[in-house]
Amino acid sequence: MNKQKEIEELFFKFLSGFATYSLIAILGFIIIIIFVKGFGALSLDMIIKTPKGGYYYGGEGGVLNAIVGSLYIAFGATFIAILIGIPAALYINVHLVRYKRIQNTIRYFLDALWGIPSIVYGAFGFTLMLFLGMNASLLAGIITVAFLITPIIIRTFDEVLSTIPKGLHEASLALGSTRTEMAFKVMFKQGFSGFITAVLLAFGRGIGDAASILFTAGYTDLIPTHLDEPAATLPLAIFFQLSSPIPEVRERAYAAAAILTIIILIISLTARGFSKKYSKSNLK
Amino acid sequence: MILKRVFLNRLSGTWMLITLVIILSLPLVIGIALYLKASPIFESQSLYQLIVSTDWSPCNGNFGFWPFIFSSLYVTVLSFLFAAPICLFAAIYLTQFSSKRLIQLMHPVIDILAGIPSVIYGMWGIIIIVPFVSDVLAPLINIKSSGYSILAGGIVLAVMCIPYMLNMLIETFNTVPIGLKEASLSLGATSWESVKHVVIKKSYPGIISSFGLGIAKAFGETLAVMMVVGNMVQLSFNPFEAGYPLPALIANNYGEMLSIPMYDSALMFAAFILLVVVLVINLVFRYFIHKTQSQ
Repeated sequence: MNKQKEIEELFFKFLSGFATYSLIAILGFIIIIIFVKGFGALSLDMIIKTPKGGYYYGGEGGVLNAIVGSLYIAFGATFIAILIGIPAALYINVHLVRYKRIQNTIRYFLDALWGIPSIVYGAFGFTLMLFLGMNASLLAGIITVAFLITPIIIRTFDEVLSTIPKGLHEASLALGSTRTEMAFKVMFKQGFSGFITAVLLAFGRGIGDAASILFTAGYTDLIPTHLDEPAATLPLAIFFQLSSPIPEVRERAYAAAAILTIIILIISLTARGFSKKYSKSNLK
Repeated sequence: MILKRVFLNRLSGTWMLITLVIILSLPLVIGIALYLKASPIFESQSLYQLIVSTDWSPCNGNFGFWPFIFSSLYVTVLSFLFAAPICLFAAIYLTQFSSKRLIQLMHPVIDILAGIPSVIYGMWGIIIIVPFVSDVLAPLINIKSSGYSILAGGIVLAVMCIPYMLNMLIETFNTVPIGLKEASLSLGATSWESVKHVVIKKSYPGIISSFGLGIAKAFGETLAVMMVVGNMVQLSFNPFEAGYPLPALIANNYGEMLSIPMYDSALMFAAFILLVVVLVINLVFRYFIHKTQSQ
């Protein structure tokens, strides 16, 4: 009887350990494949040149247009998302702090909003774009991605704000500050690590998402100079070049993927580093 | 001085409230916009017909969504079958058995897995999974397959959903009070027995919810699946055959949808289905989670 127990114990410990280590293996496998394939095709030209004539038949050029386009869209969308998301998160934690029920209901809806697939945001952005009479452009892409990442910013920031002790609110209010001063001078400062994490998370999601900008941002070989011009993006550059029958063009998709992966890795690791560093110095 | 402060307070308070209202009304606005755009299609076909009909010939005005819905469900179920056991066991290991150092290591691993864009997963699928399916798995059971199949879609999707489900499962297991497990251990149970009978039992609602939300996430995933699933309109239970999930339908056809009448309504209807399904799953399971958390 005891023997059987021991075997069961060992078996399941091994199985669950195996599942855990296999996750590390899967991640390593993906990253290695992307980098091995990508670095073979990566050259300086890829990063500093826009596509020249005949690029899509294996001619000269790079994906600078897509890199810049992606950065524009991610920065623009993150900026709008901050303008909408941060006040909303502060409102939940400052003005609604006495109404637990409303707070929870709002969080519940925001969580659900986070789950909406990006293709739906894309279809909605496209509808909105036609409704407003816009063309596929940088601005339309930025707005669509902003919709997508605002719930992420709010919920991530809110998660940190909600851990700030109530005593700090009361102390600040007792000293005669208004709620706004309390929100920005106390809450925002205390939750600064959450702010950085939220922004980086949203930025990473924004730069990597393709389904939402497929309809709205368009695609071009030029670097956009105005908000109403179409913009190329890295995910779409990868996607389009992968479907090419010409091997050299597919190689470039691998290179572009390596660039995008490096950007994402930097963002992920910085976000984690920041949230660690600041959570130590904060009052807890 | 005081007037200015009060004014600022009013102003920013109002702005905060407006932003919150904007964001909370977003799903409603999206739903209404998509529904209005899709509504012309209801005039020619009933809702029931749209969903169960298998005849997809946009040029003749026939829009049967069943092949797409079927593919979506099939890919989602497959991915769930692959991902769920791995997530469950990994979450158990990380919360019950593992060392502190492994947990420290796993945090960035999960973060990065969750952060990798879907197009990268799709590319990885094309490079690795598609040849694996066509050259290794298909010959095993004597089937010819191009590799671009439901099965490949399911595998890629499973990898994408793992970090998402795993995170929620870890959170769930972490909320089980340590005292409960200790009580079970002190009664002479082995640590696996206390996991099986106490930890898992106690977090049953959380596990179900995490799985549900993982399924919702898989159902709406677009690009990665679309790149490996083959995109052919057909109904087949054979996982080595190509499929055509709903999100891929929308993403693939946006260019030509203006030239065929009703086509854009049909695509917006597809988006509407996605929104409703995902939102309903999310609301139901999140309600579950919120209920158990507040108890």
